[in-house]
Amino acid sequence: MSRTALLVLADGRFPAGGHAHSGGMEAAVASGRVHDASSLEAFCRGRLHTAGLVAAGLAAAAADGYDALALDEAADTRTPVPALRHIARRLGRQLMRAARATWPSADLDHLARHRPQGAHQPVVLGVTARAARLTPLDAAQAAAYESVGGPATAAVRLLSLDPFDATAVLARLAGELDTVADAATDTARRVAVEGVGVLPASSAPLLDIAAEQHAAWTVRLFAS
Amino acid sequence: MNATTARMPALRSAPAAEPLRTDGAPYERRSTGPAPAHPSGVIATARIRAGHNGRTTTVPLLHHDGPFHLRRLRARGGQARVRVLGAMSAPLGGDRLALDISAEAHARLEVTTAAATIALRGPTTAPATYDVRVRVGDHAMLHWLPEPLISTRGSTLHQTFVIDLAATAHLLMREEQLLGRSGEAPGHLSTRLTVRRGGRPILEQHTAYGDPAPAWDGPAVLGTHRATGQLLLVDPQLRSPREPHLIGDDPAEGHAVLTPLADPQALIATAVAPTPAQLRHLLDAALAYAYQTPTPQAQGEQ
Repeated sequence: MSRTALLVLADGRFPAGGHAHSGGMEAAVASGRVHDASSLEAFCRGRLHTAGLVAAGLAAAAADGYDALALDEAADTRTPVPALRHIARRLGRQLMRAARATWPSADLDHLARHRPQGAHQPVVLGVTARAARLTPLDAAQAAAYESVGGPATAAVRLLSLDPFDATAVLARLAGELDTVADAATDTARRVAVEGVGVLPASSAPLLDIAAEQHAAWTVRLFAS
Repeated sequence: MNATTARMPALRSAPAAEPLRTDGAPYERRSTGPAPAHPSGVIATARIRAGHNGRTTTVPLLHHDGPFHLRRLRARGGQARVRVLGAMSAPLGGDRLALDISAEAHARLEVTTAAATIALRGPTTAPATYDVRVRVGDHAMLHWLPEPLISTRGSTLHQTFVIDLAATAHLLMREEQLLGRSGEAPGHLSTRLTVRRGGRPILEQHTAYGDPAPAWDGPAVLGTHRATGQLLLVDPQLRSPREPHLIGDDPAEGHAVLTPLADPQALIATAVAPTPAQLRHLLDAALAYAYQTPTPQAQGEQ
């Protein structure tokens, strides 16, 4: 494995289209729920331990070589609202394109062939990590980081927040990110024996509700 | 689990004739389940089973246990009805409670509760568990419409809901949670929900509110809302996908969204609100909308 591969995969400049998404931040800012660094941190912490944990579990299991199509279905059952299923597949399709060019692999080809409209992004992320010879923990770490990195960056643009403050939020969450990645990897190890039911399924009502509200906007800065 | 009914004192202090354990505590009053409970906890599993005799729905099994007293109500519109009454205050810390509901092929059953279920700390900080297992057979219909669950300060409750539906089964389920009584900080409440249809999972969900759940009151999870709930409708007659439907104009008054799951014959409404009354209003609106809207032509979601 190469540590650098993880940096490349987790880099916000990796051309997978993530920059166009705010992870629910645009809706949270518009409703006034996020308005400063402290509410940004609470948002990121909540997202990390719900959507982030779920994504990390899926990514770790996919990186472990578990059936990606079964994981894609598991992702569907953990995503009750269509707006978020749609976004996850769109991001998965974009990541797939970048990943196949960067780390060509039969696993990626197989998933792309069976999910031409895109698989859920965390599943693609896990298969990509495997193609890049990264570990399940690496994949979980990247997924967990992405679950807060996107919203934090978006908050800088949406709130004209000081970028130093937003980065400090991420730094303060570092310990919890590690914990989430470890927990996700532990459950992913059990999938081969116990099935996908053991993967985290943590849910956040406001993320679901706000995602559908945001999808109904006619004008928006971010795609999600 | 009636909020107003006190737990019968006899359950807490052993009669003189009854042997005490070495630590002086009374023996468990009941032990119908295998899970170890806290010494002061109640272990109870109540069971409801409805069948169809070719003519009408029958309820051949009503098994009371612990805090669950089951009352048969008059059938309505061909649907048998059972109400769960609270025979004592529950769940308290250390309790292990379970409720099994089964509607066999062609049965039509409604199960409600008489009052809110209040999770209290009780004599111990040990967690209580409440496991609801639901099975709905072919062409059977179940409405599971309990009153809200209230998580009070100092309580810890872990709930699981496992719902197994035959491919042709019909389900309407409502779940409402209040985090703390009015103005009170909640205890800790975690809920794991699994819904399978024809053996395949269609919904997996885990929520955790109240300390130490991280940022449960933050802007991604509940924000300032203290009432949250869901309505799940699985109807083989639905020819969806439906378009998502937003409910509630003013987020301060609570809001909800009604959407199809990836399985287009399942609709879920998710709501958050400041108060239980506003929450119920949102879920009622979602239900009315789900039933009134004509179903558009099916088309793939992807």
